[in-house]
Amino acid sequence: MAQQVATMDGNSAVAHVAYRVNEVCAIFPITPSSTMAELADEWAVAGIKNIWDNIPVVQEMQSEGGAAGAVHGALQGGALTTTFTASQGLLLMIPNMFKIAGELTSTVFHVAARSLATHALSIFGEHSDVMATRTTGFALFSSGSVQEAHDSALVAQAATLQSRIPFLHFFDGFRTSHEVNTLRMLSDAQIRAMIDNERVRAHRARALDPEHPFIRGTAQNPDTFFQGREAVNPFYVKLPDVVQSVMDKFGQLTGRQYRLFDYEGAPDAERVIIVMGSAAETARETAAVLQRAGEAVGVLQVRLFRPFSAAHFLSALPDSCRALAVLERTKEPGASGEPLYLDVVEALAQAVAGGRRAAMPKVVGGRYGLSSKDFSPAMAKAVFDELKKPTPKNGFTVGIDDDVSHTSLEFDRSYSIEPADVVRALFYGLGADGTVGANKNSVKIIAEEAGLYAQGYFVYDSHKSGAQTVSHLRFGPRPIRSPYLISSANFIGCHQFHLLQRLDVLRFAAPGATFLLNSPYGPAEVWNHLPHDTQQQIIDKKLRFFVIDASRVAQEAGLKTRTNTVLQTCFFAISGVLPGDAAITQIKNSIRKTYAAKGEEVVQQNFKAVEKTLSRLQEVTIPAQATSQFERAPPVPATAPEFVRRVTAKMFESLGDEIPVSLMPVDGTFPSGTAAWEKRNIADEVPVWRAELCVQCGQCSFVCPHSVIRAKYYDQAELGNAPQSFKSAPVNARGYPDVRFSLQFYVEDCTGCGVCIEACPAHSPIDPGVKAINLEPKAPLIGPERANIAFFEQLRVNDRARIDFANVRGVQFLEPLFEFSGACAGCGETPYLKLLSQLFGDRAMIANATGCSSIYGGNLPVTPWSKNREGRGPAWSNSLFEDNAEFGFGFRLAADKHLDLANAGLKALSAELGEEFIAAILNAPQIQESEIRAQRIRVAELKTKLLALAQHNETARDLLSVADHLIRRSIWIVGGDGWAYDIGYGGLDHVLASGRDVNVLVLDTEVYSNTGGQASKATPLGAIAKFAAAGKRVPRKDLALQGIAYGNVYVAQIAMGANPQQTLQAFREAEAYAGPSLILAYSHCIAHGFDLRYGMKQQDLATASGYWPLFRFNPAMRKIGENPFRLDSPRPAIPFKDYAYNELRYRALALMHPPEAENLLRQAQIQVNEKYRTYEGLAGLEVAPAAIPQTGASAGEFAPAISTAGGFER
Amino acid sequence: MNLRTRYLGFDLHNPLIAGAGPLNGQLDNIRRLEDLGAGAIVLPSVFEEQIEHEQGMIDQLATIGIDSFGEALTYFPAQTAYALQPGLYLELLRRAVAAVDIPVIASLNGFTNQGWVQYARQMEQAGASAIELNIYFIPSDISLSGGEVEQRYLDIVKAVKGVVKCPVAVKIAPYFSSVGRMAQQLADAGADGLVLFNRFYEPDIDLARLALVSNLELSSPCEMRLPLLWIGILAGRVSASLAASTGVDSVDEVVKYLLAGADVVMTTSSLLRHGIEHIKELLDGLQTWLDVRNLESLEFVRGRMSHLQVANPTAFDRANYIKMLHGDRAATATIRANSNGAR
Repeated sequence: MAQQVATMDGNSAVAHVAYRVNEVCAIFPITPSSTMAELADEWAVAGIKNIWDNIPVVQEMQSEGGAAGAVHGALQGGALTTTFTASQGLLLMIPNMFKIAGELTSTVFHVAARSLATHALSIFGEHSDVMATRTTGFALFSSGSVQEAHDSALVAQAATLQSRIPFLHFFDGFRTSHEVNTLRMLSDAQIRAMIDNERVRAHRARALDPEHPFIRGTAQNPDTFFQGREAVNPFYVKLPDVVQSVMDKFGQLTGRQYRLFDYEGAPDAERVIIVMGSAAETARETAAVLQRAGEAVGVLQVRLFRPFSAAHFLSALPDSCRALAVLERTKEPGASGEPLYLDVVEALAQAVAGGRRAAMPKVVGGRYGLSSKDFSPAMAKAVFDELKKPTPKNGFTVGIDDDVSHTSLEFDRSYSIEPADVVRALFYGLGADGTVGANKNSVKIIAEEAGLYAQGYFVYDSHKSGAQTVSHLRFGPRPIRSPYLISSANFIGCHQFHLLQRLDVLRFAAPGATFLLNSPYGPAEVWNHLPHDTQQQIIDKKLRFFVIDASRVAQEAGLKTRTNTVLQTCFFAISGVLPGDAAITQIKNSIRKTYAAKGEEVVQQNFKAVEKTLSRLQEVTIPAQATSQFERAPPVPATAPEFVRRVTAKMFESLGDEIPVSLMPVDGTFPSGTAAWEKRNIADEVPVWRAELCVQCGQCSFVCPHSVIRAKYYDQAELGNAPQSFKSAPVNARGYPDVRFSLQFYVEDCTGCGVCIEACPAHSPIDPGVKAINLEPKAPLIGPERANIAFFEQLRVNDRARIDFANVRGVQFLEPLFEFSGACAGCGETPYLKLLSQLFGDRAMIANATGCSSIYGGNLPVTPWSKNREGRGPAWSNSLFEDNAEFGFGFRLAADKHLDLANAGLKALSAELGEEFIAAILNAPQIQESEIRAQRIRVAELKTKLLALAQHNETARDLLSVADHLIRRSIWIVGGDGWAYDIGYGGLDHVLASGRDVNVLVLDTEVYSNTGGQASKATPLGAIAKFAAAGKRVPRKDLALQGIAYGNVYVAQIAMGANPQQTLQAFREAEAYAGPSLILAYSHCIAHGFDLRYGMKQQDLATASGYWPLFRFNPAMRKIGENPFRLDSPRPAIPFKDYAYNELRYRALALMHPPEAENLLRQAQIQVNEKYRTYEGLAGLEVAPAAIPQTGASAGEFAPAISTAGGFER
Repeated sequence: MNLRTRYLGFDLHNPLIAGAGPLNGQLDNIRRLEDLGAGAIVLPSVFEEQIEHEQGMIDQLATIGIDSFGEALTYFPAQTAYALQPGLYLELLRRAVAAVDIPVIASLNGFTNQGWVQYARQMEQAGASAIELNIYFIPSDISLSGGEVEQRYLDIVKAVKGVVKCPVAVKIAPYFSSVGRMAQQLADAGADGLVLFNRFYEPDIDLARLALVSNLELSSPCEMRLPLLWIGILAGRVSASLAASTGVDSVDEVVKYLLAGADVVMTTSSLLRHGIEHIKELLDGLQTWLDVRNLESLEFVRGRMSHLQVANPTAFDRANYIKMLHGDRAATATIRANSNGAR
């Protein structure tokens, strides 16, 4: 049967099958598996049917735990049910997995295997999540490529129906889930042929049914539980044969024959690598090359890991084998070996003991590829080489330099086995420039139109704005089975000129390769603008060198800044991967396909870009000698701290792979504030200050998402050494005649988002369109601004005790301790975090839920949470996604406990320390900044005194260890709506109910932003989102009202763009309130679909429409007989539509399904009206005198007695 | 009473048309306008820039942040990127055509004959009874000659007529050296009707922000003289139907336009000002005006005071000038008493 050839990533390939053989999908997003769930949802919305001609039900749940529960329930209801997950998500499913397996229920979970968070979170590929499930009773079934993953999804489904054993089908996160490769698609007929409908009906017949009831899920006692547990054995014994028989049937049907253990290599191999997942392909390719060189080597790929069939394993392994290396993409600290290694050793030992094998071969285990660390042929060869040694290393690692435990194998980085007929191309670009999209498109064109085989793999850095991307593309006449990064490319495309300054883009250029550079300089001038090393490499490697000014061509074609079509055309024109004319025709066809729905204009603009490109692309004549006077700039200055220079800087340069183990912190502890060392220079235009127009209001620095706008006031005399370019103005407050004011823009850290420009209220009275800050080209400003910043930084930091915290104007003088995060340009979340850091950062502990804020807040190498000049700053940590409220609550418990200990210690030592001094510390008010400062001085003195006592006084030593808690700690629990409304809601609710003094900040973007915009319970009615592709049908949850319902929780709903002063007030009140506080902060997001430059304006409209009313519920107000609920925004002044339809999330539905959109819009307006009335009602409630408790439950008493310093109201 | 009239080849119940405006963007209003008696409805204008801008904007918004970050390669469900057509306007048009029996005229506002011509075809396919081309072109390039500007108008009309079969009306501005000649040329180029006149949204200056501001002022009766003049001159002289479109507030303006020779009278501002029910007041007022004069049909009114029919057509030319100079009544035109006309 002819099979359709397609190109897609592993997730799509798996989802294609999983969707067709299931009736219910219960889902929850988690990287790198989210795509599978998204596709299922989109297909269901589009009405695509499964093989039984019905549309599967796709249901998002509140967590993976919830998804697993729903899967379990649906299975017990008789539906064929699946789910997709990874990593921590899989861990949350474990309890139900035991149940599902214990009940012998047919299902397949598809897992894009990913690291588990340990010393750090990682989103990348690894098997530690899967290994954590190996006691659940699920069959663990592995695939190693896009094609295999596609096929295995079906084999697993057929096998689970036949065997009743549930399957966990896993493939390598990112390496397989995100690799785009050519595959032969299974047709629906083939899928139908593999699925036995009788077994489907048998599955249904085992379901719970009141028509013939039985009970399942009983509790059992010592008398029977054990026997019951053993009763399943025959099913597991049979399973390997069942799977093999399914594989055989599949082989007959498709021509692709798989085995439980697939051996490939010399029949008389002496050295064999045993491995699971994508590394098997690399090992096989390497073994084939070594074999051709006469080496007796082979590779055994494990597909069915659990149940482990020793019999099948032994029969697959050549008897000739003398040395074995078991490679594992997981680590089990403290074990005598990783899981597969132990199984192999056991199987061989039993075989020897039982006489099946004559002797035990050498068996070593080793780890590779944790968190998607590349596993290359060079590493595979190193393993084969190691096996030649008389005593090969056991418990080795490969791919790193372990200079601590000396586990690592040496490998030759230059070793390459790339075939000559495969075109290998590397492209360096930025996320925003469309490089990856164009390359995905090229892969499709070449594979689907030109009949070649193609592979695409894309590497992204950890920033959300200005992210650097590297695309690895291979094209060839045979299937590409090289799941590792390209280290010898015959085409290099550098799509951003400035990357030459930051990266060695020619490092992986093969001799004679073609180098395409997007350059503002033409072929005559470009040479002198290249770093010396780049020139030398071009000469030494005899590269062909082409330039194009893609930005200009794109601009001229009307494509604005989008250069993807231009650069893609260049690639086709000079790479030779397709004949010239054919390539251009294919590009145009592809353009039509891609852009047709976006309008003829867009199509024509792209056509125009293709034509212009062909006439503008030019080859550079290479001079004989490198003449450049400059080299690439060092990633950080020599003045940076040692750790930053030795570790962080390497990561900045994409050379993190070279960092040895000895340089890594042992427990995941990293220095704060490294973001400041990374001058990314991603903006072409940056704000420039017009001091004479400025009203010094502080709005710009308040809203700046990237903390690049700083203000200081200082004595005029301090300007003496200022650079000429340094700007200042007389401070415009009365009574400070000799005081100057300066705004300093950190232009190299600016993203150019323009939010500040929109916020600036000061217009020039004479120059149209000119404000007190305006965007201007950055290039000429960098030099002077560096000098200005250096001067600005040596100006004294303004004394916090003298700054008015109560207004926005004052806040600009507070040092932000959250700076230069890699958040999206114009991010709506980060201004709130910056504000938090300014107000309370020097005494704050922050528990951060996994999500956007944990990624831009703590994804190495950049750490934006920083320290002030005194070395104080937010102590930040991320535990998980689901537990953040509890995690932060733990901070509170520890702080309260240690404060108690400190207080007790003080009292115990009062004689030694002086009673008056002790009383001053114990009774210190710590509301105002000046009071906190005074307490800091006391505590410093205390520590000095304690140090003197410490040597002979245990109590003093104890007190010293907890004395920091005498300074009032500000505990913040921060996360997005996915955490607060969904996965973490149970914990959040519990923490709010506890009455303890914690501050919860919900950065409410109304979607799961970090994983790409999936719906949460905060997603509004009528908006589309992933998992709500047809528009959300129910209103968002009102978390504020739920918090208010407790009565003793401070609740504020804020939107900085609508009312910055109210935002500030809410933060200060929440922090001062000595009970639980909840702030819901409207945060615009790129997932809303509008230009974030206008983010604050959009926030204003959200409030003006009544959709996002501003309010504060302060239980402390009861104490003075006032209504605790204050509505801070006026009645709706504009229709909801006038706010909503500025955003694609709402408009998209109107464009796709106008009647439904109209209907949802009407409902949304009704909802807004009703909700506003509810709040108005709350605001109108009078607090009757009788309702004010005279004794007992006053506002103060709502909160349980807690042992923090200060009274109830601070 | 017979208020029937013909416009663009359609036989309308009466000459009152709800002109292009935001009220007509809602289906409920469209239905209501028919119930209230509107002779036809012009949907709000789709602006050429709007089409281009929207296509570009949606493409841009749908692709913000994609392929930039490993955890979120996209931010919207995949189909939103390709299912953005046919667009709200065409859907509204489709639904409006299905909902009412009176002609529904789609309106395109533009200044080039490029991409939006295709949109005219889509409008026709969506069921538009006719298309009103609102050619809004300010020749801010002062090197353009009058001839070039005129040619541009003609090219657009020809281009659109080349792709649609339905009638096309052209809404023009009065800024031609020879409006009459231009009107004739437009008719020759295929225009089935002329709508007089377009009002340019001249920008104002915000003194505080030093910014140009464009805000729409509703038209008032004092602005009707220019269209009244030209309808009077063109009536009976060009083959295209004539629609009057500026300054209608009360029945007086409706009658004046009809007297000058308009086939239909469009109003947008009055409906925005007084609510859509106002169309019924205008209609009732027209009937009353005719009743009072015992006129049973519009035939006896239409064009009675056009250039061709008034006793002293110089009033259309330099009469006001004379009046201003001499303050006499010599130039005041009167209906030629015709006993056959009034029963």
